[in-house]
Amino acid sequence: MDSKKQTARISRQTWHFAEDVRVQASAVSVGPKEGEGPLASYFDQIHDDVYVGQQTWEDAERKLMENAVTILLQKASIAEKDVDVILAGDLLNQNITTNFTAEKLAIPLMGMYGACSTSMLTLATAAALVNAGYAQKAIAACSSHNATAERQYRYPTEYGGQKPPSAQWTVTGAGAGLVGIGGEGPRITYATMGKVTDMGIKDPFDMGSAMAPAAVSTIHSHFQDTGRTPEDYDLIVTGDLAAVGYPIVKELMRAQGYAMEDMYNDCGLMIYYPEQEVFAGGSGCASSAVVTYSYIMDQLNRGLLKRVLVCATGALLSPISYQQGNSIPCIAHAVAFEGGI
Amino acid sequence: MEYVIAFAVGGLICVIGQLLLDVGKLTPAHVMSTLVVSGVVLDFFGIYDKLIDFAGAGATVPITSFGHSLYHGAISEAQTHGLIGVVTGIFEVTSAGISAAIAFGFLASLVFKPKG
Repeated sequence: MDSKKQTARISRQTWHFAEDVRVQASAVSVGPKEGEGPLASYFDQIHDDVYVGQQTWEDAERKLMENAVTILLQKASIAEKDVDVILAGDLLNQNITTNFTAEKLAIPLMGMYGACSTSMLTLATAAALVNAGYAQKAIAACSSHNATAERQYRYPTEYGGQKPPSAQWTVTGAGAGLVGIGGEGPRITYATMGKVTDMGIKDPFDMGSAMAPAAVSTIHSHFQDTGRTPEDYDLIVTGDLAAVGYPIVKELMRAQGYAMEDMYNDCGLMIYYPEQEVFAGGSGCASSAVVTYSYIMDQLNRGLLKRVLVCATGALLSPISYQQGNSIPCIAHAVAFEGGI
Repeated sequence: MEYVIAFAVGGLICVIGQLLLDVGKLTPAHVMSTLVVSGVVLDFFGIYDKLIDFAGAGATVPITSFGHSLYHGAISEAQTHGLIGVVTGIFEVTSAGISAAIAFGFLASLVFKPKG
């Protein structure tokens, strides 16, 4: 099919999915704080214990990812053996949540790391594999856990370090989506893969400022490549820029001639109420994954939203890199969804 | 008045720590080390002992007094045992505090589980 070949690659960054690639089902499993947030009614499973009945927080995070995938398979009425590949990632060293979960699931694994942009990195790649025919059904999944992320990137909670107001609260949860051709569910039409940007910010307690330019770069490329404008979308969300990064994106986009006003929101601001003591807002792989795979999919399926752009933002630092004084390189990947077609 | 002075001096030492965190953008570990070393330096110049005479617990409770104690232990052992005393004496005065931290840390970990 020649037309497919012509339209698959729009630019170096943007892919068009010419086939009828859809998110056929999605599921999320979250922790207690997320369950007290404004989107609670959209979540498939809410745990009232941050240990999720496990001995350690790392085990708890694995359980969240395992539960999200298990619920996903139940909702889609398929078994593990019907899925060709799972593309997944998390925030822990060597992607251990993903690796241990995939072993239990016995689905071929492509582990990915894009920090908090992993949600859309995995989903875009899953869509590409399905569109190209390398997989008939692929699962994209990712997870984060507040306590494991604090230990990984900042200080263990037992240490009791102070946090400034620009810090964010890593979302405890996991989200998973099933990607296939045809059937029900929102279509995945475009993906724009981001370039790494580094504006020289070194403070790991101010990820919002660090990541905002990466989001702007990717969203701007998306509009340029597709010829779309913010008005073409009912909702544009960034992954986890929260109260610090959100206004920066608005400002920078306005300066580039794209006014993103009412249709623009941020998953890190959507997942918690401001009075939940989450500093600037939510962060982590699960921020964009949980919001996308619950609320956004629901709204697209019900026709309340027609077109949505999710731009997941990731801070690609490691504890070693910032301790050695390096600044924080950031990335953002965007996926465009369309409902009711 | 004694209490007021202790409160003010102890508070001022903590203000310096908070400024190092918020304005200096130091990590908590760097702030702690800086304050401990400051205690050593101030003691070397004979200032910290005067501060303790003046402010009492306001100067002995903050972490700077740990540096003061390290210095005192090292110097007093050095006077009796020579240079090797600097090494053996450094934890002479502070050993009670360190042992207590380990013991109470262990006991707390038996009883409590972090909530995240």
